[in-house]
Amino acid sequence: MKKKSNVVKYNKWGYIFLIPFVVTYLIFSLIPLVTTFYNSFFECYQSGLNQIGPNFVGLENFKKLLSTPDIWIYAKNTIIMWIMGFVPQIIVSLVLAAWFSDPSLRLKGQRFFKTVIYLPNLIMASAFAMLFFTLFSTTGPINDILLNLGIITERYDFIGHVWSTRTLIAFMNFIMWFGNTTILLMAGMMGIDPALFEAAQVDGAKPGQIFFQITLPLLRPILVYTLITSLIGGLQMFDVPQILTNQTGNPSRSCMTLIMYLNRHLLSKNYGMGGALSVILFIITGILSIIVYKITDKKD
Amino acid sequence: MKKKLLSSILAASMIASALTGCGSKPAEAPAADTNTAAETPAATTDDAAAGETAEAVDTAADEGKVLNIYVWNEEFKSRVTDFYPGYEEVDATHGKIGDVDVVWNITPSDDNAYQNNLDATLMKQADAADDDKIDIFLLEADYALKYVDTDFTMSMADLGITEADMANQYQYTKDVVTDSNGVVKGSSWQGCPGALFYNRDVALEVLGTEDPDEVQEYVKDWDTFNETAAKMKDAGYYMTSSVLDTYRVYSNNVSSKCVVDGKINIDDNIMKWVDDSKAMYDAGETGCHAMWSDDWNKGFYPDGKVFCYFGPAWLVNFCMAADVEGSVANQGKWGAAVGPQGFFWGGTWICAATGTDNASLVKDIILKLTTDEEIMTEIVKQCDDFANNKNVMSAMAADTTYGSAVLGGQNALGIFAAGVEKVDLSNLCAYDSGFHIDFQAAITDYIKGATATKEEALDIFYKAMTERYPELTY
Repeated sequence: MKKKSNVVKYNKWGYIFLIPFVVTYLIFSLIPLVTTFYNSFFECYQSGLNQIGPNFVGLENFKKLLSTPDIWIYAKNTIIMWIMGFVPQIIVSLVLAAWFSDPSLRLKGQRFFKTVIYLPNLIMASAFAMLFFTLFSTTGPINDILLNLGIITERYDFIGHVWSTRTLIAFMNFIMWFGNTTILLMAGMMGIDPALFEAAQVDGAKPGQIFFQITLPLLRPILVYTLITSLIGGLQMFDVPQILTNQTGNPSRSCMTLIMYLNRHLLSKNYGMGGALSVILFIITGILSIIVYKITDKKD
Repeated sequence: MKKKLLSSILAASMIASALTGCGSKPAEAPAADTNTAAETPAATTDDAAAGETAEAVDTAADEGKVLNIYVWNEEFKSRVTDFYPGYEEVDATHGKIGDVDVVWNITPSDDNAYQNNLDATLMKQADAADDDKIDIFLLEADYALKYVDTDFTMSMADLGITEADMANQYQYTKDVVTDSNGVVKGSSWQGCPGALFYNRDVALEVLGTEDPDEVQEYVKDWDTFNETAAKMKDAGYYMTSSVLDTYRVYSNNVSSKCVVDGKINIDDNIMKWVDDSKAMYDAGETGCHAMWSDDWNKGFYPDGKVFCYFGPAWLVNFCMAADVEGSVANQGKWGAAVGPQGFFWGGTWICAATGTDNASLVKDIILKLTTDEEIMTEIVKQCDDFANNKNVMSAMAADTTYGSAVLGGQNALGIFAAGVEKVDLSNLCAYDSGFHIDFQAAITDYIKGATATKEEALDIFYKAMTERYPELTY
């Protein structure tokens, strides 16, 4: 009898400790999520000082969004820049993680380097983008250096050309996130039973073989996790291109991401279109996550 | 232990700062009160226009005790501080007129922040407590209609300011704040007519003269202007610093509104700007820098090799590095000519917000600062402003002792006055500010070559406009 009441008591504490999470989740995640869906069915914006709506328009906002090619162009931009950043990021992270977690290399100053590669992530993305904007402006130091070295003869407008701008954005995302990924992958690699590596070595496997035959397959859950989180983060890419291109997504909107497009709608407080775009983004994210998860799950 | 100590210190300092935050205010406020109460009557009797000020303060007694002013910079505040009789500064954002507290709400206009803040507050104006209501807000020409054409702004007539009071103001300053029914709803103390500022040394070297009237012959219309640009290029100079320099001149002289029947409309004169600018940029006669950027500023110095800038008096007086040794302005080497077309740039309009509980004080401030000739003459003399009063300015233009140091002693007020008479603002519309921002952004990319064709650039412009104003079509 007494024992049972104890259990109930502990349960009670469990719920009490959950309250802060549930409350913040409700207020800051679930309610906004639901209202976003709700808003997406309304025509509701401000033109100057005139409030228009909210009028219920059903799926009109979605029709309008999907009937123009814009959203697909911005989706393409986002994905291109994400891939350009993610591919080098995952390669470098894998290599670094393999080095750091390989006891036979006996790397010195590991702690120092682990800290250093994580540091860029501590800088605010906007500050980082501002820094790059200054560095790569036509009169900035990078142009000066390249001119002085004789690599270029005329000042190059990095932020005025499509691919240089995209590369800069991808590079910034890479610099900011490869440290984080390295730490994650390292944690995964250290979780692999060392006996497996030793057994492989005894059997005469080369380091490359060990990496591809043992490390990678066993690392897959972590890799999948990294891929999904990076993909979701990539779809929401906003701060870096927003600041670097001065909110325009220029040149010719080739660097405008989906969230920047969403932000444009907020110029007119257009909650209807903004909501519709958010809902579409929510669905795309969901589908992508499921696809990635299914693909990696099948290989077992 | 250490942690405990640290956290308790932190907590203590937090509580302490919170307490001081609460405590200091009530302690300070009465002190300020007694101060002004003692001084104000003295100030009023001293003043020449004692009757009116006293009246204003009297009426204010049964009106609200807080005057909320929404602005985006310090300019208007310094005008009120220096020229409004009876104003006393308390601190950076507070002042006193009689027993009325003046509260300055200063939000910079960067990224539309000023308008966003103003919009949000105006929308709540009807429900706000009297002391929280906006009493005065200031506007710039680009977005004036957005506010003027609504009921949020009071008409001058309702305030008791008559047409006769404003008779000597320049017509364009009234056009800017006239709503679609022809009602004037604001008033300004300054006119901002523009002129073309040319580098005298360059003019002498390339054109063989530095006399304003003769230089004017080389820039009298756009065709001649473009021919001169080619000459400048051959001599190793840029005609203007950026293609954006001329934008305002073209866009002030449009013959149609930017939105007609809900459809975005690009005036021919603005399209002419696109074509002229593209040609000039491609020929290497100008740059494509953003206004106010470091690259744009380079022409303020002789090494920048820029022949001319377009702007009103404040540009050359305050923005072109006149206080920096070696700059063109510092050496007094700018000259002013009328330029191809008249235009204005900037200016600040005072509007009264509907629902203000300080109507008579607001009226007095507007009357004093924007119609009182004595005060306005002082503003011209002390601040190098261009006062919005024909009498004052024609007197000053004729004054041979008045000359601008940055212009090498030239009295350019006549040139400015000539320009301002030509400005025709019958084609302003409420969408102007968004139009200009989006249009310049899209077209700059085209001129630079980042966008391949004009059609593509216009397409981007239209998209940006419809995102900003969803009800428009193109």
